[in-house]
Amino acid sequence: MTATAEKTTSNGARSRLSTNWVDGFLMLIRVAAVLVIATGLVAFVYQSVTGTGGLTGPAFRDLLVAGLAQGAMYGLLALGYSMVYGVLGFINFAHGEVFMSGAVVSFFIANALFNAGWWTDAFLLSLAIVLFSAMLVSTVVAVLIERIAYRPLRSAPRLIPLITSIGVSFFLQNAFFGLFGPAVKNYPPAPAWLTARRSFLGFQIEGTKALVIVVAAVSSVALYFFITRTRTGKAMRAVAEDKEIAALMGINVDRTIVTTFAVGGAMAGVAGLAWAILFRGVSFITGFIPGIKAFTAAVVGGIGNLGGAIGGGVFLGLAESVAPLVVLEPLGVVGVSQLKDAVAFSVLVLVLVFRPQGLFGERLSAEDRV
Amino acid sequence: MTVDWRKARNWGFYAGASLVFIAAIGMVEAFDRRPLITPGVSLGLASLLWVPPLFAFIATRRQQLEGFETGKAGVSEVGAGALVGLLSGSMLWLFTALVDATFQTDFNIRDIFPKLGPAMVRLLTFEQGLGTGALIIVLGTVVLGALGAGLHLLPGPLRSGVVQGILWVFAIALTQAIVDDIFDNDTTEFIANALYAPGNGLKIPAAIVIFIVAGGLAWWAATRDTPSIRERLNRMDPADQRRTTMIALVITVVVFAVLPRFLGGILNELLANVGLFILMALGLNIVIGLAGILDLGYVAFFAVGAYGTAVLTSPGSPAFSPELPWWLALPVVILMATAAGLLVGTPVIRMRGDYLAIVTLGFGEIVRLLFLSDWLSANFGGSQGIRQIPGIEWFTGEIRGVDPDRIFYMVAIFVLVAIYVSWRLQYSRVGRAWMAMREDETVAEAMGINTVTAKLLAFIIGAILASFGGAIFAAKVGSVFPNSFELLVSIIILVVVIVGGMGNIPGVMLGAVLLIGVLGGPTQPGLLQEFQEFKLLIYGVLLVVVMLVKPEGLLPSRHRSRELHHEEMSQDAWLTAGVGAQEEEAVAAT
Amino acid sequence: MQRRKLIHLFAILSVFALIVAACGTTETTEAPAGTDAPATTEAPPETEAPATTAPPETEAPDTTMAGGELGVVEVGAGEDIQIRSLQAISGDVAFLGIPNQRGIELAINDYGPIKGHDVSLGTPLDDLCSNDGGQAAAQTIVADEDVVGVIGTSCSGAATAAMPLISAAGMVMISPSNTSPSLTSDLAGNANPDYHPGYYRTAHNDLFQGRAVAEYLFNEAGITTAAAIHDGDPYTNGLAQAFSDAFEELGGTVSVFTAVNKGDTDMVPVLTEVAAGSPEAIFFPIFMPEGGFIVQQIGGVQGLDDVLLVAADGLLTDNFLELPESVGVILSGPDLQFGDNASSLGTSADDFLAAYEAEYGEAPSAPFWAHSYDATVMLLTAIDQVAVEDGDTLVIDRQAVRDALSSLGDFAGITGTLTCDDFGDCGSQRITIVEHLEGETTAGEVGENVIFSFAPSE
Repeated sequence: MTATAEKTTSNGARSRLSTNWVDGFLMLIRVAAVLVIATGLVAFVYQSVTGTGGLTGPAFRDLLVAGLAQGAMYGLLALGYSMVYGVLGFINFAHGEVFMSGAVVSFFIANALFNAGWWTDAFLLSLAIVLFSAMLVSTVVAVLIERIAYRPLRSAPRLIPLITSIGVSFFLQNAFFGLFGPAVKNYPPAPAWLTARRSFLGFQIEGTKALVIVVAAVSSVALYFFITRTRTGKAMRAVAEDKEIAALMGINVDRTIVTTFAVGGAMAGVAGLAWAILFRGVSFITGFIPGIKAFTAAVVGGIGNLGGAIGGGVFLGLAESVAPLVVLEPLGVVGVSQLKDAVAFSVLVLVLVFRPQGLFGERLSAEDRV
Repeated sequence: MTVDWRKARNWGFYAGASLVFIAAIGMVEAFDRRPLITPGVSLGLASLLWVPPLFAFIATRRQQLEGFETGKAGVSEVGAGALVGLLSGSMLWLFTALVDATFQTDFNIRDIFPKLGPAMVRLLTFEQGLGTGALIIVLGTVVLGALGAGLHLLPGPLRSGVVQGILWVFAIALTQAIVDDIFDNDTTEFIANALYAPGNGLKIPAAIVIFIVAGGLAWWAATRDTPSIRERLNRMDPADQRRTTMIALVITVVVFAVLPRFLGGILNELLANVGLFILMALGLNIVIGLAGILDLGYVAFFAVGAYGTAVLTSPGSPAFSPELPWWLALPVVILMATAAGLLVGTPVIRMRGDYLAIVTLGFGEIVRLLFLSDWLSANFGGSQGIRQIPGIEWFTGEIRGVDPDRIFYMVAIFVLVAIYVSWRLQYSRVGRAWMAMREDETVAEAMGINTVTAKLLAFIIGAILASFGGAIFAAKVGSVFPNSFELLVSIIILVVVIVGGMGNIPGVMLGAVLLIGVLGGPTQPGLLQEFQEFKLLIYGVLLVVVMLVKPEGLLPSRHRSRELHHEEMSQDAWLTAGVGAQEEEAVAAT
Repeated sequence: MQRRKLIHLFAILSVFALIVAACGTTETTEAPAGTDAPATTEAPPETEAPATTAPPETEAPDTTMAGGELGVVEVGAGEDIQIRSLQAISGDVAFLGIPNQRGIELAINDYGPIKGHDVSLGTPLDDLCSNDGGQAAAQTIVADEDVVGVIGTSCSGAATAAMPLISAAGMVMISPSNTSPSLTSDLAGNANPDYHPGYYRTAHNDLFQGRAVAEYLFNEAGITTAAAIHDGDPYTNGLAQAFSDAFEELGGTVSVFTAVNKGDTDMVPVLTEVAAGSPEAIFFPIFMPEGGFIVQQIGGVQGLDDVLLVAADGLLTDNFLELPESVGVILSGPDLQFGDNASSLGTSADDFLAAYEAEYGEAPSAPFWAHSYDATVMLLTAIDQVAVEDGDTLVIDRQAVRDALSSLGDFAGITGTLTCDDFGDCGSQRITIVEHLEGETTAGEVGENVIFSFAPSE
């Protein structure tokens, strides 16, 4: 985009003037952002050193761990957005609801396991069952959505599937509201050995958070190998690059797209499990805000870039967790935790102002990028 | 070729699944106490009734192939329809029986599905027990399915007569509160009394009369082979066309100017709300439809307008309270909206479509969170909002939310301004610049169009229109709270624009009337207040169905539907599809 | 081109003229009518009355107590007496509004017919927990001039916008769960700006609950430093503020006053923020799931190990109390020690809960069902008292209904004894503070463990 702007500078003084004006404004935003963040940080360090405020070391490390765990979950969801965007070029607004459906339905499995005593006696097995059911439900929902709502719109302009996905999102949310009621349902608590805090490299980490981080890391590595090493994965990349050529090369485009949705759904299922052990409370609105945050994370990381999705998720989680207390509070802002979401979206704006292609660079096919 | 029985079987399952779903989300039970036709049909029952005939109708529809003779529908269609009914009815009964069976066990199904209680089973078996209940259900669905499919046997005009007759009966039954309200005076009260049993839905004779009158009229209209208005309009020469449009416009305005005097409070309130959404939808239409900028944070400008007005006019504004009259506050609010438009517009101006979407969404949320925050609560009241906002001064008194007809006039004035602005802009220099830019930004720029100015202008005009909406909203409701400005509002305005027909002013207005008027807005009830609990669910289904069946919107601009059939993926093709129309019109106009 | 522009300009101008004329018509017909109900040609006085804002009308009931000022409702033979329910029954506030609405339904059922006329609730209306939702729903209610009264709203914000309409229509509205002080009075005899005649509530006033928590913490628990967390909802914000003011008035310090957002999951940052103020107690009058996240995650934040957690009625629900981490949490709320309290119909809390469970298959998801039941019985009793039989027709004087409610004293309800003050605060105002003990998982059990109780009169 910047290149276009440069190309056109010869197009008359007026155009140049306003282009410069916009550049100036963007520069102003950049400078202001740097100044605010720097002032906040300096004030934070000063307050921490003099003991007039700021945070203690352990408290700061707690924030990092919490942000990392939350970020890992955003990352898992962001994968789904990023993959669908890569293949079909539209924002699947309903992906948050795919995640929610897995988390809500698995609650009943977990609850049954708990009542049967398995949850306490054979926790890891129960967890595996819950993971499986969450992945299954999310995958089925994702595939059904693709079949019913998106496939007929394959060749429609891109705004159409976006609007459709908003409709699907409304539908799923309110169907779950109608079917399972509005109340928040709590997953049974993890056993004490898992929730206990352990020391690790100077960090005090709760077992649950460590587990979530490990699960996220393992599944993203698995996904990476799936995409790069298997035939199906290669087919997915080919379809993302150019559907017509891929079809000419003998790839079944429909099936590949279904696979993409299925894999995205499965990752959302993993995120559902992470939610189950980390936050435990689920309801029909569980998916909405995390969905939007995850999409934000996908853009922050660079859309279409799977590593970027995870990276963006972690970055966003950390920023949300740390920035209010480290940057805003030292500046004298009150009630900073309330501004957490505002911080997350400001991070999005700033990242795009500084690096329009996202932190880790977007990976888009030629047709998407034009 | 006879009937496709496999298709009938599939649609039977779909119908069954739909029936079970409707029962399981509690619609039947929730609506049971709302009688539609007395005695006999409650809204709860009606929420199931429509499924078998509609699905049977679709299942037995023949594919029309160009150049092929479509065979005449016959008894086999009715049979297939009955099959759809049989399958769906059996599924519903099976579901009821299963639910009932769990009551005998320790397993409490209501722990999972709270709506599946004995009350639902009683309703679904018509209190006759499972055996007789099964008979009623299955027989009923078979008959309904057969009737639905049987519609194919009727000649076209008669079919549309029957369908419209039924629809009108339900529409009038559903809108009892409003019809009551309209006829609510000594001279016309008898009409309402003749139609309805008080609080109890339509009387049966009234229902029959409505069916015959409405159906008859529809049948009569369908038998006369008149070309559509649009076709007739197209045939005229441009000068006549313009004159006709102008006359139609003036008539519409006169009708709307006089109408509120005859309508009751509910309808005027509804009209005022619809008007507010038309205002904002027209604004968004400029941003998204003309300039091709996908803005998901449009509510931010609505919020700026509402909060700006609140701070400037209310004596209850926490920090700065000049207590200006509304009309003096308005220019300031316009300035604020302009500033907000610039502030949001500038950083996103170089971004591509989908990036724009999420960033503007983010801006919308940031604005709401700032108004909500304790940090700025000394200025904006935080979560307690700003109250005691005075009304709008008019020549003889204050216009407030308590008299919705006058609020409606107020809204109408601004809607007219918005229509005029959008209409003029389409054909202006800027409008053509927008279209060029939307088609291909690089080329537009190379042609000497200043895309930066053009985009910012779209943002600013959109922002100002939304801020008008906000300013009226604040005066109407008398208080502003941050929870009126949630993301849902942005999304619903977008949906109104898309469903109505992007880039087409009458389309956008129709979208607002249908969606906001009938179903209701994010925090505004619509005509069908009963559906409140299920509003967003219905919104969701409707959106998906409209996008699948008629993606160009209900009232598209002429070229849009044509363009949608091109499999074209040019730059921002998802946006360009909306608006090719204006170009040609613009060319024609000059 | 020039000519076309002129035509357009002319068209626009004429449209404006029309609109102005249309607006003007409203005025000119109204102006000669003066302060009386405007007698327009299109509609009879009854229809138009709700729509007027002429100040003398609204204030009339305050100054002159002459009956009949607000008109009467006539219920013909075989017709039902119409009241309405206006509750938040959709979206994420449905947990509050649905039990309220069911409380109304059960109360109407228990009360039975009034002088031979059934009571009809019509279609339950939704206040959408927002001001514009409340206004639109109120518009629907006042359009039906047979409606005598409304039980609602669930949310204070909705009442702010609904009440001007309800009041002008001469109806009454009794809320089971509005607690915002702005809707009634400052408790010192001055009406707040949002008070309108005809408004009553059986719920307590936030100021009392804030005061109760502050007194408990400062006087009983000996705590001098506290923190407060709300969630940006007007209710939780108002309550946290009321607590904060009362606590500082008593001499304590509120070291951190902060908020989370609805939908937040990661509570470590906010708890870290709170921990920096080293409070001895945290007051978080918020809802599920955020309240659950706070108790679950507090173990992961250093410096808050011995802190006393104090929640409010929003968390006195089974799905919060079933969390093992919520053991030890102190909850404040309206007195739910209903014990043997019986409504004037003889219904006790146990009877009600049994009927509720049987009818709806679940326990109430919020504690204001009892207030809702009492509000409905109050309204029906008032109607019963003032309704006059005129042949087959029942005549209900609107002003008399207000008077009956305003003069209501020592009315027996499930929530206790109800007495209305001059500004519609009828609730027992008794606040209790309960403790969640080990082994308990339901609101019913926890509600028994009263460790402190507060009533303004005592």
